[in-house]
Amino acid sequence: MIYEVFRQERKGQPFQHAGSLDAADQTFAEAYAKEFYGRRGESEALWVVPREAIIEVEDFVDELNRNYHRVDGYSLKEKLKEARERAGRALVARDR
Amino acid sequence: MNELDARSLLEIADDELILGWRDSEWTGMAPFLEEDVAFSSIAQNEIGHARALYELVARERGATADELAFDRSPDEYRCSALVERRLLDWEKTIARHYLYELADEGRLQELKASDDPDIAGLAAKIDREEAYHRIHAQMWFDRLKNEPRFTAALDELRPLLDTGRSEHTAELAELWDEMTMVRRSQPSGTRW
Repeated sequence: MIYEVFRQERKGQPFQHAGSLDAADQTFAEAYAKEFYGRRGESEALWVVPREAIIEVEDFVDELNRNYHRVDGYSLKEKLKEARERAGRALVARDR
Repeated sequence: MNELDARSLLEIADDELILGWRDSEWTGMAPFLEEDVAFSSIAQNEIGHARALYELVARERGATADELAFDRSPDEYRCSALVERRLLDWEKTIARHYLYELADEGRLQELKASDDPDIAGLAAKIDREEAYHRIHAQMWFDRLKNEPRFTAALDELRPLLDTGRSEHTAELAELWDEMTMVRRSQPSGTRW
């Protein structure tokens, strides 16, 4: 059975995927996870999860192409630049 | 440390060194990768324990750990017959691992109670690593305990725990030859 291992490097940090293991059962998986990802003090804690238990989602429908829902659909950089320029002009006008 | 302590530490050191070598023979060819890494790491730990134990005895005898580990002739080793056997089957290797860890646990408990703080301290340190070896041995035991090949291996190897430590098979001499090859190739006094 394949197990996925997630590793927390320091307390309070998010767990991140470390790798996969082939193990006969949960006991073996735990022992191997410790051996592979915890033996050198590199982890604060591990999550060892049977791959089957993971729900995979990978189809994201966006029929109407509403790109403003996406993080890359709205360029904050451009808007910010324009806003700063407007604010700058307003300041100059006020000081006159 | 008295001579009796030194002798019993040397027995354990020899056991750990020889078993470490035998276990390391699986490196790169264990049944699957995960176990290869785990078992190699156990082998490495055993050799580390041997080193620490040799150092303790070496201080007492005015020698070095390397001299104790490598400069004796094969018939001077005090290791058990269980560890010196060259085992080519995985189920036998695991059976030996299980039998050894059980026996080693009892021995370490006694050492931890020693009046000598150096011995008790080292035994406690070693035992903290051996705890993981025991978990590893136990999980394999639980998995294989009803397999006839495994139970036959346990029956075959168990008597070796009780045979003496002064008689050795030719298998130890072969291992010794391999183990000391690099050291013997260098003039004495070479520093690494």
